[in-house]
Amino acid sequence: MNPLDLARWQFASTSIYHFLFVPVTIGLAFLVALLQTAWYRNGDSTYLRLARFFGSLLLINVAVGVVTGLIQEFEFGMNWSAYSRLVGNVFGGPLAMEGLAAFFLESTFLGIWIFGWNRLSKKAHLACIWLVAAGTMLSAAFIMAANSWMQHPVGYSTNNSTHQPQLTNIWALFTNPVFLWGYTHVVVASLVTGAVIMLGVSAWHLHRKNQVEAFRRTAVISLVVLLPTVAFNLFVGSELGVVEGTYQPMKIAAAEALWTTCDSHCPFSLFQIGGGNNDETPTQILEIPDLLSILATNHVDGTVQGLNNLNAQYQKEYGPGNYIPNVFIQYWSMRVMAYLGTLVFLFALWGAWLLYRHKLDRAKWFLRVAPWVVILPFLINTAGWMLTENGRQPWIVQGLMLTKNGVSSSVSATDIWISLIVFYLVFAVLGVADGWLMIRFGRRSIGDDPLAKLTSEGESPGGGSPGGSSTGSSSDPDAEFDSSHEDEDDLALVY
Amino acid sequence: MGGFNLGDLWFVIAAVFWGGFFVLEGFDFGVGMLHSFIGRNDLERRVIVNTIGPVWDGNEVWLIVAGAVLFAAFPGWYATMFSALYLALVLVLVALMARGVSFEYQRKFDDPRWRNSWRWALTIGSALVPLLLGVGLGDLLHGLPINSSHEFTGNFFDLLTPFGLWSGLTLLVLSLLMGATYLTLKTTGEIHARAQKASAAIGAVAVVVTFGFMTWIHVGLSTGFVPKPVEALGLMAVIGAAWAAQAKAEGWAFTAAAVGMAGTVWALFSELYPRVMISSTNSAYNLTIANSASPSYSLKVMTVVAVIFLPLVLVYQAWGYHIFKKRLSVPRVGGDEGEHAASPAEATTPAENQ
Repeated sequence: MNPLDLARWQFASTSIYHFLFVPVTIGLAFLVALLQTAWYRNGDSTYLRLARFFGSLLLINVAVGVVTGLIQEFEFGMNWSAYSRLVGNVFGGPLAMEGLAAFFLESTFLGIWIFGWNRLSKKAHLACIWLVAAGTMLSAAFIMAANSWMQHPVGYSTNNSTHQPQLTNIWALFTNPVFLWGYTHVVVASLVTGAVIMLGVSAWHLHRKNQVEAFRRTAVISLVVLLPTVAFNLFVGSELGVVEGTYQPMKIAAAEALWTTCDSHCPFSLFQIGGGNNDETPTQILEIPDLLSILATNHVDGTVQGLNNLNAQYQKEYGPGNYIPNVFIQYWSMRVMAYLGTLVFLFALWGAWLLYRHKLDRAKWFLRVAPWVVILPFLINTAGWMLTENGRQPWIVQGLMLTKNGVSSSVSATDIWISLIVFYLVFAVLGVADGWLMIRFGRRSIGDDPLAKLTSEGESPGGGSPGGSSTGSSSDPDAEFDSSHEDEDDLALVY
Repeated sequence: MGGFNLGDLWFVIAAVFWGGFFVLEGFDFGVGMLHSFIGRNDLERRVIVNTIGPVWDGNEVWLIVAGAVLFAAFPGWYATMFSALYLALVLVLVALMARGVSFEYQRKFDDPRWRNSWRWALTIGSALVPLLLGVGLGDLLHGLPINSSHEFTGNFFDLLTPFGLWSGLTLLVLSLLMGATYLTLKTTGEIHARAQKASAAIGAVAVVVTFGFMTWIHVGLSTGFVPKPVEALGLMAVIGAAWAAQAKAEGWAFTAAAVGMAGTVWALFSELYPRVMISSTNSAYNLTIANSASPSYSLKVMTVVAVIFLPLVLVYQAWGYHIFKKRLSVPRVGGDEGEHAASPAEATTPAENQ
């Protein structure tokens, strides 16, 4: 493989890996904040224990999510230095804003939340988890604004002498239709992911009749979040398809393996045999009339342009070359995403029906299936990103720069091989540790948690008067070991 | 040209973030390295790690923003530096990953092998990051083979310049000094006594290393004999920190170590100015503020964002430090708290709860 292919492989695989953790963080942070709010509102300590239980899953996941995100930020400069040099003045902006406005918020308040159970008032501590949840969502907004600019560059003009795209309107990045729909799609998908995990864990316990009273609550909460979000996201995804069909028609044509333009009433094939870039006449199976026109244009008689027609058009506009992305990946990632998404929707409907009939915590099959459904959001999210990023190829920034021109020329194939192997080794260790801990902690019972007992037994949080470290606080190893000897003579200088 | 422009302002802001990162993560790195040696058992090591537990994650964001600031404000600098330091940064990333995860994962499972693995991940990771980033920053000033299109033309071994290595060593030792003095402020009892001893010993080494660093900048890189105020301040601060550590003036020692760290990082930046990355091939190929900065509109946008958010970040991070300002000590074994902490092993088990 040449450095370009290796660099692409590296970016794709490390991004996919990173994004296994991101939606869990966004989704669970929100759900944990909900649970803690329930505790704050009605004082029922079961909610506190549930918040801490799912909070521990959140933290296991955040640890890997954060550190794999570091790679993403470094990789632009390491592997894609020509790209960074050319568009950093536009693309780097949202990344810097993400750090300043969102990631600082998320990380700082997460630290305070973890250690602050007995140091803060209930209200301030609750505010911390909401700031974390807000931080994760805000963070996604900046990243998506940057990514959407690569899909549909806006708010720039090209410098006449240097031919460099220069930012002229920062607001355009945040009103970019690809951003508005894409960001919504990602955040809602994250809530779906978090809800499916919470539902799966709750179902696992309910199936074993373990702490039914507590886990029934989280099963209900996660279902109440899941059903509307998954339904809404099917709609958002289809609208995003229309937006992309407008700005990146090649992406949609490839997702349908449509080689020649279809003028109206274009059918959607459920499956195909064969296909790919070297097979323009695959066998389409089960064609649904008009559906492609609807998905791509919102009209039953909409026109969908074909790959060959678009390619000819691009060659005229951008010069000779092949502007068709990998059709096989495009076709199947779209279907994996859409079909599995629909499956999750049906699963949520099933759960809602059981809930309506008051049978949720006794429905043997539903409870047995739910833990396995946890796998689906990860497949869906990954397929969604493959659809979006593969569909942009061969561009790194649609219409502005080709991927092959963005790669670092000073980095050799050997360098990238070394980094790939090293990253994969670390990923393997982290992945195994994370998965193992998630399962281990997901199977624990809630409540054998000294701090949860302590806090719920009415000890006033935030009491922490100097020298007043109670016996209780030393059984609070999660927070920290309080001092019983105050020796703060020099502290004033530092803080 | 002449006059102070937006590019210069962003050079200063970049220096603030890199300096801020080394000051804040500096003591986290120091504590991470030292926890294996100052802590004699799992319980002590937990206490030591918990002194930075609530704050290290927020501190690490300074690095992320420092990198993103280069990306947004100096795309050319970011592109050349990050692609030139390729393999070094791979190691930095591995170290950051191993160390970042260790905080959360180490206490999740009570098994000696599991704990020890994460313990050394934290110890070694905490040493590698300041060392390697120090080498990288030193290389910016020492110069790397860079051609006329601002591409790095060397290989990994070209990164190991003597001055770069010394810069890495300096930042490593200053991180240790910050970590040791931080621990003297945040702990009690035996840990405190050992941290005091360590800070005094490290202080002496830090003085030598920092003196070498400041001298090298002037004599070795022939930037003139008169030190700049920031360099004089940096060296004086490290000397002050070493003296205060000996005198057990803990607050002063930590403060001075922090100033010494900032002074050292800023010495590099002030010697670089107005260049950002020196080409050892030909000085005509140097990356400068002028030839690597973003156009003014981007910089204006970023200025507005920084003016709004940086003070806000400082306020809430300071609040975080305020909440956790208490010293930590090892819970007494036996005695009236026996039911909670009968043995070190037992005292650490409930940690699994979150």
